[in-house]
Amino acid sequence: MTQAENTEARRNWLGLLATAPGDSLAALCDRLANRPDFDWLRPPEIGSVMVRGRTGGTGAPFNLGEMTVTRCALQLRGSDVVGHGYVQGRDKARAERAALIDALMQTDAAQAVRATVLDPLAAARDQARGARASRAAATRVEFFTMARGED
Amino acid sequence: MYVAVKGGERAIDNAHAWLAEERRGDTDIAELSIDQIREQLALAVNRVMAEGSLYDPDLAALAIKQARGDLIEAIFLIRAYRTTLPRLGHSEPVDTGAMACERRISATFKDLPGGQVLGPTFDYTHRLLDFALAAEGDAAPPAPQAPADDVPKPRVSDFLNREGLIETQPDSDTPPPDLTRAPLEFPAERALRLQSLARGDEGFVLGMAYSTQRGYGRTHAFVGELRMGQVAVEMEIPELGFAIEIGEITLTECETVNQFKGSKTEPAQFTRGYGLVFGHSERKAISMSLVDRALRWQELGEENSGAPAQDEEFVLAHADNIQAMGFLEHIKLPHYVDFQSELELVRKIRAEASQAATPEAAE
Repeated sequence: MTQAENTEARRNWLGLLATAPGDSLAALCDRLANRPDFDWLRPPEIGSVMVRGRTGGTGAPFNLGEMTVTRCALQLRGSDVVGHGYVQGRDKARAERAALIDALMQTDAAQAVRATVLDPLAAARDQARGARASRAAATRVEFFTMARGED
Repeated sequence: MYVAVKGGERAIDNAHAWLAEERRGDTDIAELSIDQIREQLALAVNRVMAEGSLYDPDLAALAIKQARGDLIEAIFLIRAYRTTLPRLGHSEPVDTGAMACERRISATFKDLPGGQVLGPTFDYTHRLLDFALAAEGDAAPPAPQAPADDVPKPRVSDFLNREGLIETQPDSDTPPPDLTRAPLEFPAERALRLQSLARGDEGFVLGMAYSTQRGYGRTHAFVGELRMGQVAVEMEIPELGFAIEIGEITLTECETVNQFKGSKTEPAQFTRGYGLVFGHSERKAISMSLVDRALRWQELGEENSGAPAQDEEFVLAHADNIQAMGFLEHIKLPHYVDFQSELELVRKIRAEASQAATPEAAE
């Protein structure tokens, strides 16, 4: 894979992990064969991120308000692989699992981790999004012209 | 003048104990959980997030429970908590054009690309109390579904823009001002006004917007587009060297299309007002866009009619309900010494007046 493809792949799994529900992430991580030891580069930390919008949706940025985010960074013991966790909300255990998955995805275990954790998370996310999109589609208005003024 | 006094500790402790008991209410009734508040009072949670200026549904639900449903008190709790958080950074500006729309309507175009999607709305309900909700145990039937298509929902302003019929909103690289970091100063640029309005009190912003509709700074607004749904929040991560998605939030966005600007050299164009709010809050988003538009009178070369909604200092300095309630409610706290001096002054004036009156009466 090229550098750009690697970056895009990592962006995708980090984004998936950022919004993954804590209980399903925990349950899926429990299925992993081995959980490697690691050292903290940055222990989990709860903070806020200022969310920006754009004037008129497309113009100059403005500060809309903050959201809570938990982040951490770890290094797999005996290697130089570093995993980052950035998750929405205030759940330190979730951030730790996200960072561990990020690290493992850079090792030989990547294929197994993808199949065991990331694919089910992505499927659940797509299903939830699809369910809301289908409900929205059912509320799309079909107009019927009853009478026109010029007739 | 404030004078330190001691006392009242026992009374305060007992008052707080009673408050906790009253918060719980009748213990024969099941206690509310945070999850129940988040899921079933979602619009209250949305308001607390918007005006607390912190997107975290669980925290907002906790604040509502702690505040016994007093939403401004809940907003106060969220604002106080917010100050304890380290700021990790700022997001990339969210792309509301890529929103997963649950609702998207236009009052100006019937057949707009992507269609009119009503979503979970109170509109068209009859506003009759539904006593079926008072009976427990009846789960709502599942909402009908239809095949979702991936038809893009372009902005109404984008297709008006193609004909040059509406003003463009210039992009900018300058970091926007942040009123959580620097005190609000006037004149305030539009980015600062939008931040202030986005966290402003819904009732106040609604009242200001309504005043423009009634003629105090009229802007002839149409709701060009109102959309609500989920958008991804991305942030540049320095240690990674690229931006990643750090969350997904629900937003409500309103764009108004307002009456024209133009001159002898420039053809007439529609102008715009903008509203963007955390959560599902249409009343607030529409109000915000009306007030945003009214405050742009100077930039658009309009007349200042002296309307309150055109006065940015009046609007912005009074829009924040936590500032307002703090100053308002502090007058119920002890002011014994201030009042003592007023009392003495009144007694003195009265004594002087009666002394002056007595000799006259004797004459």
